[in-house]
This record gives sequence, C-alpha cells and structure tokens, in this order.
Amino acid sequence: MSESEEIWSAVRLTLALASVTTLVLLVIGTPIAWWLARSRSLYKEVVATLVALPLVLPPTVLGFYLLVALGPNGPGGWIAELFGGRTLAFSFTGLVIGSVLYSMPFVVQPIRNAFEALGERPLEVAATLRATPWDAFWSVAVPLARPGFLTGAVLGFAHTVGEFGVVLMIGGNIPGETRVLSVAIFDYVESLQWSQAHLLAAGMLLFSFVVILTMYLLERRFGRSRW
Amino acid sequence: MSDELQFRFVHRRGLFSLEVEGRFGANAVNGLYGPSGSGKTTLLRCLAGLEPQVRGEVRFNGDVWQDEAGCFVPPHRRQVAMVFQQGALFAHLDVRGNLEYGLKRTPVAERRLGFDEVVDALGLGHLLARGTPRLSGGEVQRVAIGRALLASPRLLLLDEPVAALDRRSKQEIFPYLRELFRAFHLPVVYVTHDMQELSRFASRLTLMEAGKIIVQGEIHELLARLDLPIAGEESAGALIDGEVAGYDSRYLLNEIRFSGGVLWAAGEDRGKGTQVRLRIRARDVSLALHRSEDSSVQNIVAAEVAALARLANGRTLVRLVVGDTALLSRITWRAQDELRLEPGKRVFAEIKSVALHV
Repeated sequence: MSESEEIWSAVRLTLALASVTTLVLLVIGTPIAWWLARSRSLYKEVVATLVALPLVLPPTVLGFYLLVALGPNGPGGWIAELFGGRTLAFSFTGLVIGSVLYSMPFVVQPIRNAFEALGERPLEVAATLRATPWDAFWSVAVPLARPGFLTGAVLGFAHTVGEFGVVLMIGGNIPGETRVLSVAIFDYVESLQWSQAHLLAAGMLLFSFVVILTMYLLERRFGRSRW
Repeated sequence: MSDELQFRFVHRRGLFSLEVEGRFGANAVNGLYGPSGSGKTTLLRCLAGLEPQVRGEVRFNGDVWQDEAGCFVPPHRRQVAMVFQQGALFAHLDVRGNLEYGLKRTPVAERRLGFDEVVDALGLGHLLARGTPRLSGGEVQRVAIGRALLASPRLLLLDEPVAALDRRSKQEIFPYLRELFRAFHLPVVYVTHDMQELSRFASRLTLMEAGKIIVQGEIHELLARLDLPIAGEESAGALIDGEVAGYDSRYLLNEIRFSGGVLWAAGEDRGKGTQVRLRIRARDVSLALHRSEDSSVQNIVAAEVAALARLANGRTLVRLVVGDTALLSRITWRAQDELRLEPGKRVFAEIKSVALHV
C-alpha cells in the first residue's frame, strides 16, 4: 500500500466509523434521551450516570472491558460465531460498538436537554388537538428539539473521529479495517514519519475547528429563528 | 339531561386539595371563576385528561371519559380542545401550520368548521404566512383559539385566554370571542379571575374557592345574590338583558329597553333590535326615595328593595327588583338607616354608569 493510499484509507475508515456511529447513536440515543428527559423514575439517574460514564472513565478502562466483552469468550464472541467469526474485537463492527458507547453522552445529553427545555406544554397542546403521543413526538417534540439533535450529531461525529484509546484497545491497528486516523498519527510518530503525522494532525485540527464553528453558527441561527 | 358534562374529582397534593363535583351545560358558555390558586386550572386540566393521576369521574354526553373503575380516555381521544393562558403556539410552525395542526388530525367526517370560516371569524387572514415570534399577544391568542376550534372539538376549554394580554389587546380580542361563542355552537368552559370578562360572555357561572365549587348556576342569578363571596368584591354588580330600541345620535346614547323600563347607555350606535347585556356595578347605583328631577344622573328607574346585606366595611349591599330582573346597589350603613331601607320598600335607583356588552 502506498503512503498516500494508506492515509486515504485511514481517512475513509474514520469517516465511515463516525458516520455509522452517529447514525446508530441518533437511533438508540433519542429514546434514551426522551426517557431521561421525561421519566420520573428513580432509576433515571442511574441510567444517566451509566450514559455519562465514558466522560470520566479512562478510555483504556472502557476499552479493556469491551475487549473482554467482544472477545471469543464474551457475548460479542457468541454473536460473532453466529456469523461464522470468532470475535468482534479487531473488527469494524467492534469499533462501532465501542464508539457508540464511548460517544453516547455527547449525543444523548444535548438531545435530553432539548427535550427537557420543551416542557410539557407543547405536548399537552398537541394531545388536545387529537395527536397521539407517538404523533406528537414526531410532529412537535422532534422538530422543536432540532437544535439539540444537531448539536448531538455534530458532537457525536466529531468525538468519534477523535477517539483513540478505545480504538487502540479493541481495534488494534489493521489497515483498512480498524486503523483510524488517530491511530495512524500515533503510528507515524512512533516510526518517526513526522511529515505524515504533521499532515494528519493539522488536518484533524482544521476539521475539528470547522465542525465546532459550524455548530456554533448553526446554533446561533436556530436560536434567532426561534425567538 | 344527558347533553352535558358531569364530573367529580378528588385530589390532594401537599397543601393543595381539589374536591369538586358538578356539571357544565352543554350549550352554554360556562364561566369558571375564583381567586388564583382555587383550582380552576386544575379542574380544567382534569376535564381535558391532562391529569391522569387525579381520581374521579367524567361523563360527557353519555360517554364515560373517566371513572373509578379505571377507565381513562386519553386527551387525544376526548375531542376536547384547550386554549392555554400563554397561547402555547408551536414555535416550529407558522400561523397556518399551527391552525392546521388539529384540522389535519380530524377525520373529514368529523370536521364541523371550515378553515376559511374560522380564519375569517378570528381575523387571521393576513397572518397565515407569519412566523409565531412575530405575532402580538392578542394575535397569538386568536391563533390559539382558531387552532383549537379547527380540531372540531366537542368541548372547548379556555384557561384565562386573555389574562396575559394588556388592556388594549383584550379589547381587541373580545369582539372575536363574542362572535365565536355566538357563531359556533359549542359548549365552552371559560376560566378567569376577572368577573368583568365573564359577564360579557358567560350564561352560566361556577364559583370556586380553595379547591371546592361553592355554587353553580345561571349567571344573572348568581351575580345578584348577596350571600356569595363575589357580592363583597369591589366590582360586584348585576347583569340586565335588554334590546336596543333606538339611538340618540345627538347625545350618542343607545336606548335600551328591558323589563323594568328604559336605560340609556353611552357609546356608538349598536343597531336597533340588537340583544345586549348591561352590566351595572353596585357602586354605581345610588338610591333615593323620590324621583330626582334635576340630577346629572340620566338613568333613574323605579325599584323595590328585595333584600339587604350588611358588609363588614360600613357598606350595605341592597338587592333591588326592577321589572323581572335584579339590580344591586352598594350604599353606606348610614344611608341604609337614614332611608329606612327594608325589604318591600319602594325606591328610585339612580344609575351613574352602564357598561354595555353586546
């Protein structure tokens, strides 16, 4: 594999991982955020804590447990067997699972905040206008929480792109399969290929800057149009 | 008597308790009046089905919406529309989108009001494409009311729909409300803590205090009673129904004929034959034993004292009978004694000011 191809393969893989992770997170994070925003259950704070754990846990700790879980003797291994594999570790699927857990707080929290900011009123109004709860969720809650979804998606995507520790623990370094940008940079530095490391690092820096700036600008626009 | 709303709720939460039982007329504007914190809004929310934890019973036109056996029809299946104090328009939709929200969810066979009909009645035509942040307070409430009507509800609940508006916006919205109650035959429960507002529209009145219903009845009757808390209020007064008999364009006075004679009410020409409602505050009515010939007071009617109630503050509230309607007058204890007022005594009521509600 040529050098530039190596780099591009890492970029492609990173973008694919971040996209899939963000999509999965929007699908499973939304009901979690909804429940956290509206439930009065005592377990709510326990679940909220579990979701927030990756914020404080060293990625290596999460990575270690994931490695065990995804490995041949964990549930991940059993699932892999159904599809003729031996383990989910060191695979793209494994990376997605790890990233989903690792980036979950970044997606769930903004969406939860947006749902909480809605209050009961718009949903009550919808109910008195014949909307079923399911209908009201899609026609009122989701559109009104749009800024929260946007923030969550951007943060989830960006955080997955920047992930390193978990990937290293459960993905290793297989080019084209698990070798994402952050790992590639680490490799280049280790093998003293400074120019490639510079290129990727600067690219990441620029990318992160643009992403966050875009988010702030969009938030400002949404903020204005709403009031 | 099946054509009405019957309810009973018992609820305790901290210091607040709600213990009510009553009924609302099906073809009437039912005023629900009481001080803040008396449970009016909670009762309304219970009727809409927004307080599922409150135990009780609700029946509407023979349908059971809630009972003690565990039946609970969720709000979206009750066909009850509710207008909240702050309008609560959907911020992500423009005026048209808000208006159409309930309409779209109403099966065509159940639609009783047309989009254009409601838009015209509420004067919303020029606002349809506008975003909700660019509406005035009065416009917000009109859109909220239109949105509720377009869901073709079987019952309309209004929770202080104009309380958040300034005086001018209120004056602006009242004609629309009046027109709406007249045009769209629909049972309405109208919550407010402003009797002035209620006396414009309501035909029946429910008084609440501290989570309980004190009394329910016909509004003219209740407003003329001396034994209710509203009698002691500064704005206490009676309602008189009448008909415009003519207009004096020189002095800008409407001639109103009612069962006890004629009253003159200042203002623009309301049109001969128009049914009107007059609100006459007790403090604007003074009493005399003889008809005064040289008074600035234009409205003087012969009346008979029906009952008296001494209020705590040196005032006496007098109920008078004029024709077949009642009038309230508030005078001082001394005036009561000097005129030797007692039930059956014939007097002349001098009415200083007449508020005319069409």
